Amino acid sequence: MSCDWPGRWCHVQKFIERTGPFAHPDFEPSSESLGFLQETCKLLIIGAGGLGCELLKDLALIGFKNIDIIDMDTIDVSNLNRQFLFRPKDVGRPKADVAADFINTRIPGANVTPHYAKIQDYDESFYRGFHIVVCGLDSIVARRWINGMLVSMLQYEDGELQQESLVPMVDGGTEGFKGNARVILPGMTACVECTLDLYPPQVNFPLCTIAHTPRLPEHCIEYVRILLWPKEHPFGEDVPIDGDEPKHIQWIMDKSLERANEFNISGITYRLTQGVVKRIIPAVASTNAVIAAACSTEVFKLATSCTVPLNNYMNFNDTEGIYTYTFEAERKEDCMACSKIPKSITFSESDKLQDIITYLQESAEYQMKSPGLTTNIKGKNKTLYMPTIKSIEEKTRENLKKTLSELEFVNGQELYVADPTTPMTLTFKLSLGSNME
Amino acid sequence: MAAIGKSKAGLDKNNKYDRQLRLWGDHGQTALETSRVCLINASATGTEILKNLILPGIGSFTVVDGHKVQGEDVGNNFFLTKDSIGQSRAKFATEYLSELNEDVSGDFMEEHPESLLESNSDFFSQFTIVVATNLCERTLLKLGKCLWEKNIPLLICRCYGFIGYMRLVVREHRVIESHPDNAHEDLRLDRPFKGLVQYIDSIDLNTMNKKDHSHTPWLIVLYKYLQEWKEKHAGELPKVYREKNQLKDIIREGIRRNEEGVLEDEENFDEAIKAVNTALNPTKISSQIQELFNDDECTNLHSESSNFWILVRALKEFVENEGNGALPLRGTIPDMTADSERYIQLQNVYHEQADSDISIISNKVHDLLVNIGRGGNITDQEIKTFCKNAAFLRLVRCRSLEQEYSEDSDKLKDLSHHIDDEEPDDVIFYVLLRAIDSFYDKYNCFPGWYTDQVESDVIKLKTCLSKLMHDWGLNCMIKDDYIHEMCRYGASELHTMSAFIGGAAAQEVIKIITHQFIPFNNTYIYNAMKQTSVTIEL
Repeated sequence: MSCDWPGRWCHVQKFIERTGPFAHPDFEPSSESLGFLQETCKLLIIGAGGLGCELLKDLALIGFKNIDIIDMDTIDVSNLNRQFLFRPKDVGRPKADVAADFINTRIPGANVTPHYAKIQDYDESFYRGFHIVVCGLDSIVARRWINGMLVSMLQYEDGELQQESLVPMVDGGTEGFKGNARVILPGMTACVECTLDLYPPQVNFPLCTIAHTPRLPEHCIEYVRILLWPKEHPFGEDVPIDGDEPKHIQWIMDKSLERANEFNISGITYRLTQGVVKRIIPAVASTNAVIAAACSTEVFKLATSCTVPLNNYMNFNDTEGIYTYTFEAERKEDCMACSKIPKSITFSESDKLQDIITYLQESAEYQMKSPGLTTNIKGKNKTLYMPTIKSIEEKTRENLKKTLSELEFVNGQELYVADPTTPMTLTFKLSLGSNME
Repeated sequence: MAAIGKSKAGLDKNNKYDRQLRLWGDHGQTALETSRVCLINASATGTEILKNLILPGIGSFTVVDGHKVQGEDVGNNFFLTKDSIGQSRAKFATEYLSELNEDVSGDFMEEHPESLLESNSDFFSQFTIVVATNLCERTLLKLGKCLWEKNIPLLICRCYGFIGYMRLVVREHRVIESHPDNAHEDLRLDRPFKGLVQYIDSIDLNTMNKKDHSHTPWLIVLYKYLQEWKEKHAGELPKVYREKNQLKDIIREGIRRNEEGVLEDEENFDEAIKAVNTALNPTKISSQIQELFNDDECTNLHSESSNFWILVRALKEFVENEGNGALPLRGTIPDMTADSERYIQLQNVYHEQADSDISIISNKVHDLLVNIGRGGNITDQEIKTFCKNAAFLRLVRCRSLEQEYSEDSDKLKDLSHHIDDEEPDDVIFYVLLRAIDSFYDKYNCFPGWYTDQVESDVIKLKTCLSKLMHDWGLNCMIKDDYIHEMCRYGASELHTMSAFIGGAAAQEVIKIITHQFIPFNNTYIYNAMKQTSVTIEL
């Protein structure tokens, strides 16, 4: 390669041109492995934020050249304390573009392709083009969606998983001084949905506390955000809260202070107000560096077989000393994403469609965001509820109040459920009880 | 917020550093912004550490490195480029690192640390902490001795193949704000203070209307029924499982019923029942705090005692006198189902008692300062923070490198527990790295450095290892597999390894600078093959 120089790859070559007792059984030491990393292997990094910037640097420096990076966000001032590929002059520009430019300029031979887009903008044909997908996301929904996509790409012949249809996913996550890194071989090891209970459910304050019995400054801020803003429209009709607009935060803070004073509550500050409104998660450079590095090492192992990959989950926390806990997360036998077993749900004839939707949202197993339901009644497809398209939502809203018998459901009725957490339509088999309970 | 202003680019620092200010606060940031960090050797690991310190905004950094940039340095180091080959590594790394944050000033010294230690060891006195990477054993020991004498913390970092290593050397590191993840509340239900008793006595559950009854904070509910229980049990608290269940039953009896005799939905009572398990822990002083009280630094204050020890002494005197064996009240209560008014009243009851404890301690602190004749003040804010964190104080004293390297160290003899096993733990890599250092000392080259010598180096490394283990009095075996693997690495520094240690080391430096969170003591080994790690005191 014209852009190489003597010694450039010598650190990497020792791992892939020499074997060792802990190498993967398939490992063949070879001087050609480097060529595979550089010329053939294609990686996709999802997220160009705290983890994404690190991942891009790490992977480019260990020999990967063809890397795509996708992110739908633009750069904010508060990114600069850790997203080190961005400078003050870049504020407002797409993260993926700036990150790709930086790496392509700094690292000779790097061929990074940016996508200023949502992961949902691309379909299977795009994702099939990669050997490994690496995630540095702060959104659980996006993580679940890409997991579902990679699972949906699996092909089976006579019940045997076709190895060439498998795209491994390496996933990192951080929050303050805590983080985790994991390796997912879709269809073979625990996937994101298998271990959904590892993510803590989002904590919301009860509405009655916010409305009637505030005790904490957070309750006052939530009062203004949820109840007062839509009533007063301080910046005009249809102007939603922009957490990055200082005028909006200032207004919310002033109103929160009024409410707090009324109840003798102290502790409202600008920082707290913005934190509550934007649901800010603290973040530092160091944790992102650690987790991205662990993920990148795993990508290197998967691509070269120089050592056995992580099996399959590592937790990290450095508030008290430095603590890691590594374990094998187990597959869920009836996982809704990767098990291929249709899910069964039980309701009675007098339950309403709304009850099914609430269940899909609130059960720890599904944690859906806004499920849309269709079914087949007497050979005809029927949309039961569709929250994503306004006109259809209005037309189907009245179904929510109908009982399942009114909807002419039968025992064994198949419900097809779509949700932002998955690219697939999930099939549920309804086991319908009578009105006994 | 006074210390946080505008950055050089005119950005609001509150904004730029928002995500980390939520972790260590404005005072942590101020400490960071006034710190001076020295890096020895701009290796890939070294520059990654600095990167993660420059981004959050340390005051300044200085790179000490006498090397010229080589092709392989540019291969694994993000802060060097091809054009820099053959030129000063210190200079180029400093330039590229400086681009990360215009509010951090960078400087370099193109000199080998060995000669700097000979000619001008006072050079190191200016730093808050020194971070050293890729130093040979001999230089490391010299540096360790120099910094130990100057009482400057040293963090040693190294990446070797799939193994990461760190060693922290700090004489005494004091932490007031350790930010524990799961701290018990400090509610004193077992030994209620006067203000709490008075307040709760003024409340009568029986005469309340339905709404007030179901909005009485659980703390009050639990306290009331606890008194009932105590009256029947000679003033004792419920201790064992059965007794706690009895108390729960008594509380459950208190839930109101509607006209049909069906239990009302009273969330506060449910919370009170749940709290029986967690909120009745006897108030006591932890062994860690007791150790601080017994420490020489606490019992023998002198005119140069640090603020921390004066505060600990005042705390001890409080516990032994006004506190009746308890620490000052923390003064916070958790959120609970309640109406605003009574929750805030209850919060104030705790708050007022905490304030009164703080003022007693404050008086003691000022008396102590006068008695020992120490100048300088201890601010009210410092005393307040100290009292609120009194249960979480931590002290880290590391052993010196000299102690670690002394052959009759008991810690070395204990190593056999970690390695003498079918599945040895990651401590085994400490022994292997030490063997590699003896190899280097003997042959002036790392085992496996040259591809055609890997096999012969395995034998030589094995000899070094045997001698080392013999000298330490270790009678166990290390499997050849490990020796082979270390020779395979040939001192390779894979960038992702540097990045991992770069992140972990930077956070330890931030802990040392801010005196928040707890650093490891004193040796950390990371095994990237299995993504596991271990900490051991050596």
